[in-house]
Parts: sequence; C-alpha cells; structure tokens
Amino acid sequence: MAELKVGDTHEAVMVENITRTHIVKYAGASGDFNPLHHDDEAAKNMAGYPGVFAHGMYSMGLTGRMLTDWLGPTALTNFGVRFTKQVWPGDTLTSRAEVTDVQDGIATIKVVTVNQDGESVVEGEAKAKTD
Amino acid sequence: MAEPFKFPVDLSSIMLFARSLGDIRPEYSDPDSPEAKAIGGVVTPPTFVQSSAHWQPNYPLDLTRPRKDDAPKQREGEGGGSGLGRGLHAEQHYEYHHPIYAGDTLTVTTRPGERWEKQGRRGGKLLFSATITEYRNQDDVLCVTARSIGVQTERAVDQG
Repeated sequence: MAELKVGDTHEAVMVENITRTHIVKYAGASGDFNPLHHDDEAAKNMAGYPGVFAHGMYSMGLTGRMLTDWLGPTALTNFGVRFTKQVWPGDTLTSRAEVTDVQDGIATIKVVTVNQDGESVVEGEAKAKTD
Repeated sequence: MAEPFKFPVDLSSIMLFARSLGDIRPEYSDPDSPEAKAIGGVVTPPTFVQSSAHWQPNYPLDLTRPRKDDAPKQREGEGGGSGLGRGLHAEQHYEYHHPIYAGDTLTVTTRPGERWEKQGRRGGKLLFSATITEYRNQDDVLCVTARSIGVQTERAVDQG
C-alpha cells in the first residue's frame, strides 16, 4: 500500500442502478430480513414508504469496499458512518475518500457516499495504517 | 445484557457477504491465493460482523426464521434500528483490533449503550439508543468492537 498523506483522495462508483436483486442478495448475506428492504407492500403499509429501500449497511458496506479497494483489506483500524439518506432501487452510488490528517502512522480519512443526484447517503470517517 | 452467542466464521459466508457488496478480492474467498497467504489467510470485509445476525438467538429482523419458541417481541428504542417499521439505523461504528480469519469462532457479546432524545426536524420525537457489540475469537482476542445507533421515530421518516 502506498503511503498516505494529507490531501490524498480516492473515488469510485460502487454500484450502478441498484436493483431489488442487489438488495435481496445483501439481505441474504447479512441476515437482515427486515421486510422494509424486500417487501414493497410492507414498506408502504408498515411505515408509509413509497416502496423498498436498501439497508443502510449495504451503503456502508459499499463504502467500506471503496476503502479496502484503495488501501487493502488489513489497513483499517476504525470505520464509522452516519446514514444520511435512504437508497432506493435505481440509485447509483459513488464513494469518495480524502485523507484529512496523518499522525503516528495512522491516517484519518473522511468518507462520503453520494447518489446520482450528488446527495450524500452515508457520511463518516475511517482511520487506516499508513504503511 | 443479552446472552453471548457463538458465531462460526466460515469461508462461504465470507465469500457470499463480500459478493453481495460486489467484492471479489481473493483475500475474501481463496485461501490458496498468494494475496490471502500473504496476510495469514482469508479475512473478512469491514462490515462482515453484521452477518452474525444469522447466529443471534431472537434476532428480531428475521420473522420467518424457524424457531422452537415464539418469535421475539419487538422492543422499543433498541440499537441498530431493530424496530421493523419505525426503527432506523442512524449510525454504525467499528474499531478493528485484530483480523478475523475464515475458520475462527467468534463469541459475540452485546451490551446497551447510552440513550437520548432529540426533536425531529419535522416534528415528532426521535429516540436514539446505542448498542455495543464485542467480537472475540477462539483465543479470547478482541477482534472488533461495534457501536450501533438506532433511532425510533414517532412517524415514518422524511423520505426526502
């Protein structure tokens, strides 16, 4: 892994045109079978949503893949996000990272994942070993 | 505090979890690859511990799971957005202390964190609650600490 320095950035499209199949595959792998994420009728009737939406953890997982694609699978020491907007079928998600600090061999990295309208769906921070 | 439970981490569940996130790197699927060998074996994606849900007794978000006893009752204001309708996952944080390898058996221990209230932007109270989960391997080494923050709303959340 290349050494990180303040100002380094990375950006990648993580998924294009999310389908219900993407969401269901994540549900199966994670074990989270909340009907809000696969049952349109339940999403409408239980909580007044227009239909199903992706798990927040699907967006966080994709954001994590952006980081490990960039830094490798053993670099992270911390990773945390807030879920800022729901992700709907049809959305395309792009994840971005920027190194904001490097101290004692640990880089602090600001992360954000946005939809096709540039609205953030996940915002947070990671820390990674710099070498 | 909920009872600790065991979470056996096998190669297939790591591969399936990685695949669901579009990740095909060999460190998550192929123990014979040079990439996996270089880091001591197949490891797990950053959010993989979420899939411990499959092994969590009384996991609330799987209503069709076959059970010997009655399905769990919904509890208000539980961390991780566990309410089926009004509950949402607000935040998720991980600290990585030690790698999780394929073949590990993790012990998962959960305890409640802090709780607080906030007024929602469009009226209605928001009830936040944190849950802290520790994942320790078979050698009692702490691998991951997770902090999940759930929010319960009084009505459906703003869909933007």
